Amino acid sequence: MNDTPYIVDDRANQTFRLNRRTLADPAVLEEERRKIFDRSWIYAGHESEIRVPGDFKTRNVGGRPVIFCRDSKGAVRLFLNTCRHRGAMVCREAEGNAHRYYCFYHGWTYDRDGALVGVPGEESYPAHFDKAKFPLAPVPRAENYRGFWFASFDPDIAPLSDWLAGAREYLDLVVDQSPSGRMEIIQGTQEYDIRANWKLLVENSFDDYHLASTHSTWLNYMKDAGVDVRPQKGLLLPAHGVGKDLGNGHAVIDNKNFRGRPVAAWISIYGEDARPEIAAIRKELETRLGPDRARRVAETNRNLVIFPNLVINDGSSVTVRAFWPVAADHMRVTAWALGPAEESETARARRLDSFLTFYGPGGFATPDDVEALEAVQAGLATWREVPWSEMSRGMNKTGEQLNTDELHLRTFWRRWNAMMAAE
Amino acid sequence: MSARANPRAAIDAAAITRADVEDFLYTEAAMLDDWLLDEWLALLTEDATYHVPSNDRPESNPRDALFTIADDIQRIRARVKRLKDVNAHAESPRSRTRRMISNVRILHAADGKLHVTANFVVNRFRRGSPKREYVGHYLYTLVPTAQGLRIAARRAILDSTELGELGAVSFIL
Repeated sequence: MNDTPYIVDDRANQTFRLNRRTLADPAVLEEERRKIFDRSWIYAGHESEIRVPGDFKTRNVGGRPVIFCRDSKGAVRLFLNTCRHRGAMVCREAEGNAHRYYCFYHGWTYDRDGALVGVPGEESYPAHFDKAKFPLAPVPRAENYRGFWFASFDPDIAPLSDWLAGAREYLDLVVDQSPSGRMEIIQGTQEYDIRANWKLLVENSFDDYHLASTHSTWLNYMKDAGVDVRPQKGLLLPAHGVGKDLGNGHAVIDNKNFRGRPVAAWISIYGEDARPEIAAIRKELETRLGPDRARRVAETNRNLVIFPNLVINDGSSVTVRAFWPVAADHMRVTAWALGPAEESETARARRLDSFLTFYGPGGFATPDDVEALEAVQAGLATWREVPWSEMSRGMNKTGEQLNTDELHLRTFWRRWNAMMAAE
Repeated sequence: MSARANPRAAIDAAAITRADVEDFLYTEAAMLDDWLLDEWLALLTEDATYHVPSNDRPESNPRDALFTIADDIQRIRARVKRLKDVNAHAESPRSRTRRMISNVRILHAADGKLHVTANFVVNRFRRGSPKREYVGHYLYTLVPTAQGLRIAARRAILDSTELGELGAVSFIL
């Protein structure tokens, strides 16, 4: 046993230190799988990814293969992707529309509702064998908030809505972009690995302290395009922003926009032609939501972490990003673009183009984040000799915490630590 | 006989041979392997595009599908400027790459343009990283000019079903 605590959190002495072992030791990951991933709501997918009965996506949720699908009546279902006979996955395609889920190994067949409907040579089973006892197993809990579907492997977990706490408001701000309240995942999935601990991407996804040094080439790109990227007086960044604890380990940075937003703040990168349409989108927001809320939707960028492993960044575009540990020093990232279902062809194209200026494995910023996280992970091989990371930015202040402070990082880690302390 | 050496052939797309195209693609590959990015930019037309589609939507359009890279000429130039900056950390130090271009075919030639496909293997090495092998095919639209062939469109389509351990595409693929 190692008796050193995972975090040292001493508010009286304005001290927060993170034990680097949490990011490097495979034994910690084994504990996390049980205490974090098996006891949280884990993002599974968005309702727009599957539209009609039989539509499915297969993916990994909390370390399990899962079928995210629409049943015969069009309801969203989350099945564990394993045959009740001997265990093989019953669906091996990434996506599609299924009439049946067919296990090719011995030929057991399930319908769209998960019922076992075909067993070759059924007469050779004992009399008590009953197909009704062997449906595809659902995930223990599946709930959604405004189209974002989550699964939990803890049958006794609190309802999703309670779990999300203050994060609900920030999901609402994302969904409010759409006049009909319908957002959709846009086709084209970015799936890439980072050779780093999964929690480093939690930190990185809403750590604005790193922006100026890690992303100077992106800032230069924006500057070349005519965007004012000079830091404001007294700040490290071009615009003011705050970090907020949203409860239950969720946190956000909520920033005044400087970088342009497809909904709805024009910058030169979008081109002169885009001005009228962005003005019209902005006007619709004001009419529907009123001036104050329209201003929040249109003129703030929000990087949201939903504990433990979902990030929704509403900035240069909207990216939904979930990530999974493969090993203590290796994660698998899946990233999607999200947009209003009814937006025009030109607005959709602008949204996607804006996405690529910053985000993703070919963007002007994300590759440098990947490099940063991999540099951290390599450095963390020294965790036994240099055991602590420093995470106290902002603890010297009461009241407002900046986006370049570390309150939001501490929020995640405090929740993580509390869950790891439980038996 | 190369397109570069023969201005008259340069005007007539139908007169360009596969060998001409191969010479051109090998030259381009050498420039990229040698990080001669300004020289590479000079091979592009004023309206050139460079696309890498997401692995699960290899045949889509960047106006309605999320890509890995969907650059117009301004973005390509910005990408090169970024890559030449020491603060492009993902490529600082730079990757070493070695490109193998093969199975070059002229699909058709019309309206002064050549539509070309070629297979590629791009081996990428960085200190402390595993070797990464990017396998796929290119779709090029090439334009013969008095100065030789020029690239109007360049799409790199990866065969892997996801980027996965290939990581980021921080270099010119």
